[in-house]
Amino acid sequence: MAEVMQDYATSEATNEGAADQTATKTMNMIEAINSAMDVMMDRDPDVVIMGEDVGYFGGVFRCTAGLQAKHGKTRVFDTPISECGIVGVAVGMGAYGLRPVPEIQFADYIYPGIDQLISEAARLRYRSAGEFIAPITVRSPFGGGIFGGQTHSQSPESLFTHVSGLKTVIPSTPYDAKGLLISAIEDNDPVIFFEPKRIYNGPFTGYYDRPVEPWSKHAASKVPTGHYRIPLGKANIVRAGEALTILAYGTMVHVAQAVVEANGVDAEVIDLRTLLPLDIETIEASVKKTGRCLIVHEATRTSGFGAELSALVQERCFYHLEAPVERVTGFDTPYPHSLEWAYFPGPIRIGRAIAKIMKD
Amino acid sequence: MADGPLRSNLQPLALHVPEPRSRPGDPVDFSDVIVPAADSMARPDEAVSPHDMRDLSFGLVRVLDDEHRAVGAWDPRLPHETLLKMLRTMALTRAFDERLYRAQRQGKTSFYMKCTGEEATSVAAAAAMQGDDMVFPSYRQQGILMWRGYALTEMINQIYSNRGDKLKGRQLPIMYSVPELSFFTISGNLATQYPQAVGWAMASAIKGDTRIASCWCGEGSTAEGDFHSAMTFASVYNAPTILNVVNNQWAISSFSGFAGAERTTFAARAIGYGIAGLRVDGNDALAVYAATQWAAERARSNKGPTLIEHFTYRAEGHSTSDDPSAYRSAQESAEWPLGDPIHRLKQHCIALGIWDDERHAAMDLELAEMVKAATKEAEKNGVLGHGMHQPFETMFEDVFEELPWHLQEQMAQALEERAAKWPK
Repeated sequence: MAEVMQDYATSEATNEGAADQTATKTMNMIEAINSAMDVMMDRDPDVVIMGEDVGYFGGVFRCTAGLQAKHGKTRVFDTPISECGIVGVAVGMGAYGLRPVPEIQFADYIYPGIDQLISEAARLRYRSAGEFIAPITVRSPFGGGIFGGQTHSQSPESLFTHVSGLKTVIPSTPYDAKGLLISAIEDNDPVIFFEPKRIYNGPFTGYYDRPVEPWSKHAASKVPTGHYRIPLGKANIVRAGEALTILAYGTMVHVAQAVVEANGVDAEVIDLRTLLPLDIETIEASVKKTGRCLIVHEATRTSGFGAELSALVQERCFYHLEAPVERVTGFDTPYPHSLEWAYFPGPIRIGRAIAKIMKD
Repeated sequence: MADGPLRSNLQPLALHVPEPRSRPGDPVDFSDVIVPAADSMARPDEAVSPHDMRDLSFGLVRVLDDEHRAVGAWDPRLPHETLLKMLRTMALTRAFDERLYRAQRQGKTSFYMKCTGEEATSVAAAAAMQGDDMVFPSYRQQGILMWRGYALTEMINQIYSNRGDKLKGRQLPIMYSVPELSFFTISGNLATQYPQAVGWAMASAIKGDTRIASCWCGEGSTAEGDFHSAMTFASVYNAPTILNVVNNQWAISSFSGFAGAERTTFAARAIGYGIAGLRVDGNDALAVYAATQWAAERARSNKGPTLIEHFTYRAEGHSTSDDPSAYRSAQESAEWPLGDPIHRLKQHCIALGIWDDERHAAMDLELAEMVKAATKEAEKNGVLGHGMHQPFETMFEDVFEELPWHLQEQMAQALEERAAKWPK
């Protein structure tokens, strides 16, 4: 927890709007995300929000609740069920000069919009030599653990990190979610902002048969009510340690931390927060210190973001490594419904990987 | 707050954002819903050119009149046993929905979706097709399986993701797959089944088969590109397809205006593609039957595809994850001007003298007991989350026809993890 609080101090130091920071409120992740959009709509009349059910209803996960009533229905509005259309019109609004924040209701539904993201949003700046940009932030809940079956559980982040021109951000706490979302909205390039829906209401630790603590019991639920940024491309060391480096993001940060606390290994747990651009300095310094590296993500294994991390660590830290880099991931199958917890990379899978990596 | 030059002599542009008729607490006003007389629409020959039947995309095909009589050119003149079978199947669908909805509330599964108020759009449509015509449903056409006689216990096993689920517990509840009843595997993504149905129909035509294909989506999903791709292919290849749009007014919290209903009808989408379009009272089982029969005959005689808009109302929430009282007036359902499809067919049968309230009440009791018995039977195979799931290794099957090395390794890993968690 001390490490988390330390990170707040770092963030405040980089914050331009420090005056806004005096007031804090206890927020879960949904409320923090809502607050980020509310603050940005207050500050910047060019910010608009759109998506399926985001208007009057406030989103199926309530992330946009109250925003239409406050900011008006030409700035917060429902859309037709067309992800291609949602992303495409966001690109067009960005070309006009707006700063759209479209929501895709589930990451599993983003695929019809992928041509507009990959071929258009990601390349607008490059193909026009900077004459046109796509300053859009596509928010979308992702990840499993809610018995959503194969169409409400996927983690498709590596499809986007593979694309030149897209930034990919994944928060793991309410505090980070707000600061990162504000940075994403202010960023002049397209950002994919994946929200781990399993931890919207509390830091799920992977022990699915135990109750989940609400965010209010976690230090990172003390969220400034005003404007602050967490810079994109900066990881967060959530637990300092000497024996092993664990790289994780989203829900898996909490699962990894819980396993580390349970089995007593002195691991350094790094929450990447931004996959692209990646904070390679923090990763490299940590692995050179510990000599061991475990990568944890919920997404499928093959060609997952862990493969990229593993390659980078090998390239940069090879002579410091005392054991092969390990990956703990979801299995290479669609997300099953009834066997959700057998699929999920939970404490047993992580614990076994730690034991293996520490043995060498 | 335009960034560009504002010309003071020109009117500023204004964005239109649709608003539904009523929100929670508002009085309901359906006065804009035009309900034409039951016999007002002409019934053209099935071979008619789409250009000569445009009025059918804007009117409303209805058969049952206010006195519960079947009237007009679209009356399918069905035998009494067909009427009673449709009535029973729709009542069974509703009884099934009621019980499985409660099962979800009791924690026996993760999710359920009712089709209350929309039973006719699947049951009567299935009744008007051949049993081996291929259907590509969305997630609210359980009535097709009921009509085709699928075992209730099989449906409930799937809903419980239990040991008896032939889909191995992989799919979200109600995402059935029943090839033996020509029922395609349901996707959780929207409108993806639309071009697939057209492709199946094209294949049937390539092979000189006699079977046609039919698909369903909601009015909200007509916004997806898949819908428009399907319409284009259906038009280009004159594919023997019935394309059903169930316009139940609501896509979760978004009313039909967010799919374009403020501008035109969904049936009229057909006109731009040069496809036959029919707009039908979806709460009138006889009208749904008659329109489907017309479209099936047209498709089967190589005259081409038909888009049918079923004008109906989603009487309950989108799913068990939804609370419609948060975004629409609670009275809407009761005041829907086209009534309830089961009630209307029941009244028609009573008016014909082949049915009465006592028999109907007895049937409802019998169906409720039948569903209850099927539920008990399925529960022997377990309910979700109580250990009665499929074996771990099944998770890795069917990703491919054969198991590649990496999945073999992952399967072994999953079994080791199980042994570590439950050492026995």
